[in-house]
Amino acid sequence: MEKIKLTIDGVPIRAKQGEKVLFAALDAGIYIPNLCAISGVRPHAGCRLCFVEIEGRPQPVTACTEEVAEGAIVHTDGPRIRRLQRTALELLLASHPIECKTCPANKHCELQNIASFLKVNLNTKRFRKKLRDLPVDDSHPDIILDPNMCVVCSKCIWACVEQRGIGALNYAFRGDRTIISAFGGDRLVDTRCDGCGLCAEVCPVGAISKNVKKST
Amino acid sequence: MTEEEEIKKQTLEILESRSRERGKLIPILQDIQAKFGYLPREAMLETANFLDIPESEVYSVATFYNQFRFVPPGKHQVKACLGTACQIKGGRIIIEAWQRELGIKVGETTTDREFGLERVACVGCCAMAPVTVVDEQVEGKVSPTRVKGILLAFDLAKQKTSKKVKKAKSS
Repeated sequence: MEKIKLTIDGVPIRAKQGEKVLFAALDAGIYIPNLCAISGVRPHAGCRLCFVEIEGRPQPVTACTEEVAEGAIVHTDGPRIRRLQRTALELLLASHPIECKTCPANKHCELQNIASFLKVNLNTKRFRKKLRDLPVDDSHPDIILDPNMCVVCSKCIWACVEQRGIGALNYAFRGDRTIISAFGGDRLVDTRCDGCGLCAEVCPVGAISKNVKKST
Repeated sequence: MTEEEEIKKQTLEILESRSRERGKLIPILQDIQAKFGYLPREAMLETANFLDIPESEVYSVATFYNQFRFVPPGKHQVKACLGTACQIKGGRIIIEAWQRELGIKVGETTTDREFGLERVACVGCCAMAPVTVVDEQVEGKVSPTRVKGILLAFDLAKQKTSKKVKKAKSS
């Protein structure tokens, strides 16, 4: 198949037609912060972190929704992009408890990685802290769901609904009250969840994790 | 028949005439709410089953829209306004007063199902802010004391009718 040639940060890159700029860059070893993108899946475009600038385009665009185009010149760095990315991250951090020491995702957490990449302090004070104080669901023998940690990336929904065809989880509510929840706010153990753990694997943070205590 | 079975039966009657398209979820939920005044759990489960979608998806759609409620409405529905004007004139203090006096949060119904409390965005008489609509009665320039007064009036009315009933029974 014909390959598309484009330039990302001065590096000439060849990518498959229809490939998104984000994955073309990641495959070439150029990092663009992202939380919600899954390769080959219709972009959710919810985390607002993967902004890039493309020459000839007036505004930065999200790399996860942008298909590679022949001769495109893409920049992944620049003051406009970094400002957008830092704001998006700081808004996420404003409703995210910074309890890394006790968090199951500590040291393999995408929020930690992105904060360090963007040089943003996890305890940033730019926006007023607005924690949600929701109950943690540790009813299930295999899965722990802590909605307080959730960044609403929707990867677990993709895993449960599209990959496994189970649908124990989905969004509930809206706006800044959006959470991942089972039907009626039920405990996971009372749903059709079979404990496959795919949601925990794809969760970029510590919102869904494998229930280590009970399975050992 | 238990309440749950009754709900299930009536939901199936609503679903009967419907096509099993996923896109029909919202109109179905609206019909269910028109019937029961809220979305009973059993009804949502039957709907998921009927449309062959996960129940979590029904819950997801239903919770997204403000028009859907998940607890039965009270006999008297209290709608406290938080439109722009009411917001400025201390609408939040009034909502807090209702919550305190009724012992429930917004969106809930008292355990005796007498009062339900909801938050609305502008009822169209901003000059009277802060406004609360109780059933169909518009209350303007509401204060926490007025909240107590309104509830007291309901209490007195209830006592009167129960006395009347007693009298009617004894005579």
